[in-house]
Amino acid sequence: MKQQTMQTTPKKKRLSRAASSIEPSGIRRFFDLAATMKDCISLGVGEPDFVTPWNVREASMASLEQGYTSYTSNAGMIELRTAIGEYMLDRFGVDYDPEEEMIVTVGASEAIDLAIRATIDPGDEVLVATPAFVSYEPLVTMSGAVPIPVPTDASTDFKLTKERLEAAITDRSRAVILSFPNNPTGAVMNDVELQAIAEVAEAYDLLVFSDEIYAELSYDTQHTAFSALERMRDRTVLISGFSKAFAMTGWRLGFVCAPTDITQAMLKIHQYSLMCAPTPAQHGALEALRNGREIVEKMTNSYRARRNYIVHALNEAGLSCRFPGGSFYAFPSVEATGMDDETFAEQLLIEEKVAVVPGTVFGKGGEGHVRCSYATSMDALQTATARIEAFVQRHAQ
Amino acid sequence: MTKDKELELIRILEHHGRIETDVLAKMLDENEEDVKTGMKKLEDEKVILSYGAIIDWNKVTTEDHIAAMIDVKVTPQREVGFDEVAARIQRFPEVTALYLMSGTYDLSVMVEGQTMEGVARFVSNKLSTLDAVLSTTTHFRLKKYKHDGVIFDQEEKDRRMVVSP
Repeated sequence: MKQQTMQTTPKKKRLSRAASSIEPSGIRRFFDLAATMKDCISLGVGEPDFVTPWNVREASMASLEQGYTSYTSNAGMIELRTAIGEYMLDRFGVDYDPEEEMIVTVGASEAIDLAIRATIDPGDEVLVATPAFVSYEPLVTMSGAVPIPVPTDASTDFKLTKERLEAAITDRSRAVILSFPNNPTGAVMNDVELQAIAEVAEAYDLLVFSDEIYAELSYDTQHTAFSALERMRDRTVLISGFSKAFAMTGWRLGFVCAPTDITQAMLKIHQYSLMCAPTPAQHGALEALRNGREIVEKMTNSYRARRNYIVHALNEAGLSCRFPGGSFYAFPSVEATGMDDETFAEQLLIEEKVAVVPGTVFGKGGEGHVRCSYATSMDALQTATARIEAFVQRHAQ
Repeated sequence: MTKDKELELIRILEHHGRIETDVLAKMLDENEEDVKTGMKKLEDEKVILSYGAIIDWNKVTTEDHIAAMIDVKVTPQREVGFDEVAARIQRFPEVTALYLMSGTYDLSVMVEGQTMEGVARFVSNKLSTLDAVLSTTTHFRLKKYKHDGVIFDQEEKDRRMVVSP
């Protein structure tokens, strides 16, 4: 029988200032809308369309069969950290000590949160190159600090410039968050372009949180790790993970590499909040690093061909789209339709059942653009781009 | 077309042989005419040998479709080794694949036919009677799970959310 209780209205506030100060993700709102549409073709998905490679899944299952169900060290299995160290050195030329300078985290998202909480005080300003992954600014806000967007745009190929970064710096600036290859623009920055940012970081004594989760998905140039730049190792927190390169989004496994004082501060927060990353996922990740490189290459080749296709198809459809150098997103302008990006995305969904994500969801720099993920089948891409072309023809100004 | 582009073209065609050339051109970031020329070149050079489809015959016909793998021991011929006997075996229309093997036997012959009797007749009347053939061991295929990298009866389901960060 349902218990009858006297309801009282709480008099003290129930929600923290931190939670109240942030808005729900714009992606969430668009997801709710898209989820109501039947037979929708989605270019709105920010994750690989591949299932995690079988050998990785198998290794994780085998670890469960063998009874690896306990906590691991707070920083993660030392075998995994050692493998990450070898991988980072071999692949990107950056050398970190697995014992002291590395933490395995619950996704790269946790690593970003830890990095901010371990180094930033309330009132500090954190510069965020936008458009950017939706979590950066809210995480800064929740730490009591102030996010300062530094917009990039099509005029600089969505790359951050030294001038724009410098213009946003104040006495309270403590750090800058970079993510190249970028979600949502697909922009990459080469070593020369990053070096210009490094000089600003040094001149103004900024920490650099470099989210390099899409590093493996650099199609035309070799990825440059920010900490590999001259004199940048000591001021860089390098964040990465297994989600994008190894198609392991649901495993929630990331890692961070940074100087010892920073990792040890991060580790204190990590050990109280999450204890350690899931053990079966760590065993899967170890297999991914040991025997997954060939599969990563195959997936990357497949993304490259699809990138080429969608960029040509979007331009032919009438949406101006530059060639993104990395990640798996195209970021066309919707200017030709005269619509703002939110209206475009909403109308496209309603009229043509194609889901794309409005650029403003990713910050001010995303205005007038939409994110189209090409991590989907070629059949879906062909149908989606044909529908986009029909839509643009109907609405072209 | 550069060597790298040619390799990319081959990789795509290996799994998607029917893809149209205008789509291929976009995928390769190349001119469509160049793609057509590149494909013709690869066909002429016998790099591309055939454009096929992988069929699950059980879904389209009730007729029996029998396949067998036959291990064959042969006597190698002076100067030509195994090639001469292989050249004779590969011409039989029943033979769909033929490989030279290391180990306990020499040739692996894949045979397909409509009835078990037909396959048996091929082995006893045609294959075993070749002078160089010393012995055969026939294994009938009971079920096809995976062929040419394609898993049969695997329902591909996209479990991702419609929109995600």
